[in-house]
Amino acid sequence: MVKKYTKFIFFLFLIILISSVSYAKPHKQLSDYNFFKDIKNQIPRDETVPYKIANPLFSDYSYKFRFVHMPLNTAAEYSYNNVFNFPIGTTIIKTFAYPIDERDLDKGFQLLETRLLIKNKNGWEPLSYIWNNEQTNAFLKYTGHTFNVSWISNNGQEKYVRYRAPNVNQCKTCHEINNKIQPIGPKGRNMNINFVYPSGEANQIDFWHDRKLLNNIPTPLKRNPAIWDDAKYGINERARSYLDANCAHCHQKGASASNSGFYLNIDENNSSILGIYKTPVAAGRGSGGLKYIIDPGNPADSILLYRMLSTDPGVMMPELSRNLQHEEAIPLIREWISQLK
Amino acid sequence: MKINKKIIYFMVIIFISNLSYGKIIIEPGPNAYDRIQEALILAEPYENIHLSSGYYEIEDGLSLDIDNVTLSGDGLDKTILSFKNQKSGAEGLLVTSNGVTLSDFAVEDTIGDAIVVKKANGIRFLRVRVEWTDGPKSSNGAYGLYPVESKDVLIDSCIAIGASDAGIYVGQSERIKVINSEAKFNVAGIEIENSYFAEVTNNIAHHNTGGILIFDLPNLPQQGGHDILVKNNKVLNNDTPNFAPEGNIVGKTPNGTGIMVMANEKVILEENYISGNATAGILVVSYLDEYEDDNYNPLPNKIFIRNNQLNNNGFEVDKVRAEPIALLTKNKAPEIIWDGVTSFPEWIGLSKQERLILGPNKTKDRKTDMINLNLMTYALLPWFHKTKEDYDDYIGEGISLTEVNFKTKW
Repeated sequence: MVKKYTKFIFFLFLIILISSVSYAKPHKQLSDYNFFKDIKNQIPRDETVPYKIANPLFSDYSYKFRFVHMPLNTAAEYSYNNVFNFPIGTTIIKTFAYPIDERDLDKGFQLLETRLLIKNKNGWEPLSYIWNNEQTNAFLKYTGHTFNVSWISNNGQEKYVRYRAPNVNQCKTCHEINNKIQPIGPKGRNMNINFVYPSGEANQIDFWHDRKLLNNIPTPLKRNPAIWDDAKYGINERARSYLDANCAHCHQKGASASNSGFYLNIDENNSSILGIYKTPVAAGRGSGGLKYIIDPGNPADSILLYRMLSTDPGVMMPELSRNLQHEEAIPLIREWISQLK
Repeated sequence: MKINKKIIYFMVIIFISNLSYGKIIIEPGPNAYDRIQEALILAEPYENIHLSSGYYEIEDGLSLDIDNVTLSGDGLDKTILSFKNQKSGAEGLLVTSNGVTLSDFAVEDTIGDAIVVKKANGIRFLRVRVEWTDGPKSSNGAYGLYPVESKDVLIDSCIAIGASDAGIYVGQSERIKVINSEAKFNVAGIEIENSYFAEVTNNIAHHNTGGILIFDLPNLPQQGGHDILVKNNKVLNNDTPNFAPEGNIVGKTPNGTGIMVMANEKVILEENYISGNATAGILVVSYLDEYEDDNYNPLPNKIFIRNNQLNNNGFEVDKVRAEPIALLTKNKAPEIIWDGVTSFPEWIGLSKQERLILGPNKTKDRKTDMINLNLMTYALLPWFHKTKEDYDDYIGEGISLTEVNFKTKW
């Protein structure tokens, strides 16, 4: 009897054994990935390419050091409007830090967290590594972390923030579109700017292309949309770039605020969907007693600006990654709404 | 042979230990957020995370994104997650995975919404309480239980108290049951919005501004709400003055509204006990605000009202939020009110729609009364305007709805 089933049971056992062997676990320490020559000063190895983006998300005045690491002899596919299609095995690395004194960056930075997006067969996986007090290494943490940070800002003011490193689920809130995790920054329209590499200043897309890290780039490169804080562009273009970078990761079709029917991606043109004379749906006290998301000509009566001004977690937008007002962006959005008809 | 047997026993044990899914038990104490959130992130599907009875102080928003997890407590008055000192997160708990069960705990005093569920295929709330413990205040969070863009939503034996929008709110969802639950001291007790196939039965909605609201609104990804049954609920003494922050649609709910239907198609209100609501027992209205949305139908259609017990409603109509009703009824409204807004062809008599259908209803000591405010004529030809109050003109065959059958197996 026993013998009869031995094979079957053995087979079953094998299946269970295999299924209980879990996937490759992420490293516990950031240093284990070996992305950096000098991890403390965020100096990458040659295979880890630093970059910046034209219109970044505001995150409480933190500085962000961005890098991408692709497997040897692989390259990403260029796209203007979407994130580049990176090869499996790519890691996108972003370290959040505050300067000790913004007037003199040579005084150094306090590193808080390094976020990774790792592309494997099943898609992108988000991870967050929290820096130790000694600033020698960062350690994997799934639940996020709270830092009380102070620094001296550009104008000599001492600033303070309760900085929240997000938990893994919160990563998804902003990075998920149609149930798939995606990077947000590295799109053609965000990357067509110069970067000062150790070898000298160069256009990022040309640099990647020259190093065979990026395929199918158009010639000539398509112009960027406006850079939100560059006065040479028009108010409308700057405002739309700002809203795209700071809101559209959730406020677009298929993303986490899709239920609002209020979308701010740069290519949205329907005025109701953009919030003009649109009444709030589930804003609660986030509406601030105002009737419309955007009341053209009347910034003070527009919920959009009200929620940008707020620092109350039950009211403010974005919901995550902001505890302070973005003082430089508020006048831009105010002026933009004033000009709308 | 002997060794073989031993190996087989060993295998069987491993097999069984793999079958019995884990139960993770969390006790109250310091670092509650970290401990609960870590369990929610590292959970395996079908695992049970159990919060032992006690008081958990939580400063940041919790979230769950693993399918088929059960988050449970020892009872809605025993396991309490307090967000009184919440510093971040727009809600207390966010669920974004499928097949989740939340049971036997309370979420109190969140800074924004209490429990939000987004895009879930299958979500159960069993014996969950959400409450703002200082009573109705406009600084309370907007929604208590808030599943949105979900399918297969079950809310059973839950309690929602003090929400500045809706205590129990189901939006842009499909296949919904809200049963055996209680909503009090909210602006809206129970609200079903832009949803398909819902059953709201055996609930108590009392001391809200409005007891039960069935709304359909423009400019949303899902609209055209339909097939909604509101049956055997007690909708009593909804007497809390509207405290919604202005600008929200619910802020327009008149003080003392029993059941209100705005837009929607195929709604049955039956066997409810509706009493002590100052503006109206049952209010059926169109969406009258301006909007830009070609796909939206602002008019209610096939709203069937029968076998309700309606007593002592409409005794003091809200003059601010229900101005036309107050004006046209001299502040004393009949039990059932319809605004009478129709399409233009209907108004000039070229077509006919059964927008409001009445069956028999009961009222203590008298025949149930109704009013069609006839607002179309009021707006277009005011000098010819007359309200219509002949109940028998609206009696019809009625409609039937398909039963709500969940596809999710929890």
